[in-house]
Amino acid sequence: MTLDVAWAIGWVRLSAQTVTEHRQELIELDRQIGDGDHGENLFRGFSAVIAKLDALPAEPADIGEVLKLVATTLMSTVGGAAGPLYGTAYLRAAKATGVAQLDSQGVVALLEAALEGIVARGKATTGEKTMVDAWTPATEAAVAAADGGASPAEVLVAAADAARVGAEATIPLVATKGRASYLGERSAGHLDPGARSTELILRAAAQAAA
Amino acid sequence: MAAVKKLINDPQTVVAESLEGFGAAHPDVVAIHSDPWFVTRAGGATAGKVGLVSGGGSGHEPLHGGFVGVGMLDAAVPGAMFTSPTPDQIAPALQAADAGAGVLAIVKNYTGDVLNFEMAAEVADDTSVRTVVVNDDVAVEDSLYTAGRRGVAGTVAVEKIAGAAAERGDDLDAVVAVAEKVIANVRSMGVALTACTVPHAGKPSFDLPDDEIEIGIGIHGEPGRRRIPLAGADEITEMLLTPVADDLGLTGGEKVLLFVNGMGGTPASELYVVYRRARALLEERGVEVTRSLVGNYVTSLEMQGASVTVLRLDDELTALWDAPVHTTALRW
Repeated sequence: MTLDVAWAIGWVRLSAQTVTEHRQELIELDRQIGDGDHGENLFRGFSAVIAKLDALPAEPADIGEVLKLVATTLMSTVGGAAGPLYGTAYLRAAKATGVAQLDSQGVVALLEAALEGIVARGKATTGEKTMVDAWTPATEAAVAAADGGASPAEVLVAAADAARVGAEATIPLVATKGRASYLGERSAGHLDPGARSTELILRAAAQAAA
Repeated sequence: MAAVKKLINDPQTVVAESLEGFGAAHPDVVAIHSDPWFVTRAGGATAGKVGLVSGGGSGHEPLHGGFVGVGMLDAAVPGAMFTSPTPDQIAPALQAADAGAGVLAIVKNYTGDVLNFEMAAEVADDTSVRTVVVNDDVAVEDSLYTAGRRGVAGTVAVEKIAGAAAERGDDLDAVVAVAEKVIANVRSMGVALTACTVPHAGKPSFDLPDDEIEIGIGIHGEPGRRRIPLAGADEITEMLLTPVADDLGLTGGEKVLLFVNGMGGTPASELYVVYRRARALLEERGVEVTRSLVGNYVTSLEMQGASVTVLRLDDELTALWDAPVHTTALRW
């Protein structure tokens, strides 16, 4: 079994749906330790992505083309830190997946490229209470699943499950990168909104492959 | 909690409608560009002059659009409320400000602003763009454990003084050097008496009991470093001024600019009460306040509160501060 461009489009639509459904939750998480705009910004960004997707004259040729459209749209509509971070993630992922079909190792390559993009742009590492704390275990779980012979869909489920654990593990952390770091010790006890949105978007990827 | 009252039509259109009104009110000073949104001087860039561009989230007005004009910025890029502008907005603003002598981007140290300006400079690589990052907020420790000190009200001094340097004909290296000199010598700290409400959030950015205040706030409605019981203005002013003066290492005989900035919801009368005490504290240290600025210049929507900024002055910085400026928010 492999994933094709229909999966990529499904992933984008489900991402937009989940970001819309969790908009208030992400705003509230960000309000507690940031400036309360994460849900609004992702909602605005993914709404724009859907509008662009719907306006395309022809269906995109491959997965990379879909991911590039997401990247450029998020970069130009989200703003904040999330725009460049997610934008760079999708752009790197697009470059790693300019093919018609993705097998399990292809899914791993997509996730690894996205994580590399986020780290290159934001210069955060694990344990700093950022989206890297969800992306890193997700990518590691994807590698393990793919090496164990899992299908692309199973690889994405493993990634989403690990992202959830990683996101929840940010709760006790004291932030040392991003806006929550300004709170020092007061950032502990809260779920990082970027890690939570990562979990939602990876869950959408798994659902699109189901 | 009841929704906070706002004089708006729709949270989604407030930034655009505000920019349209701003441009319509001041066509002699600024020109508004939409799709993407940015603000330039009414007459465009000045040939042969280094261009100055700044930007950041909306909700801090008059920062930055209010500082576009002769003697200060050439262009400003407003993002969504408290949200950095995007690279596709910043890149054309950088290009519009480039009149052949290069461009200086003045960026407040917030992760989003830094990342978006960085990406814009990569996109607009046909222009000669240099960047300085303002980080005057002493409430945040500049350490491995934070994203670094934030850029707050001291940004006004950077934009004014670097703008004057560009206006007198300094080349890009020289304008960068002046901006870095201001950044090295300006420090700020702020207090919030109330939170503020971002239109799309509909409720205050943090929950603050009636009898408590937040010390060490930034300008995006984020909570501060610590929460303390409400005290008298003199006591609060001392909590703001002391770390600022200590961090600058001010000693007797030095000259400074003292800037008391309102966060949007505090009346001028209260800002002058703060100024009075801050000035007295500086004088007790033997520091001479030779220039002053008091008012709402770097705001957080309708937040009640203030910040105290001190800039160490020498003859060069004083002369550049005194140079003529003609913007909607600052003019002399």
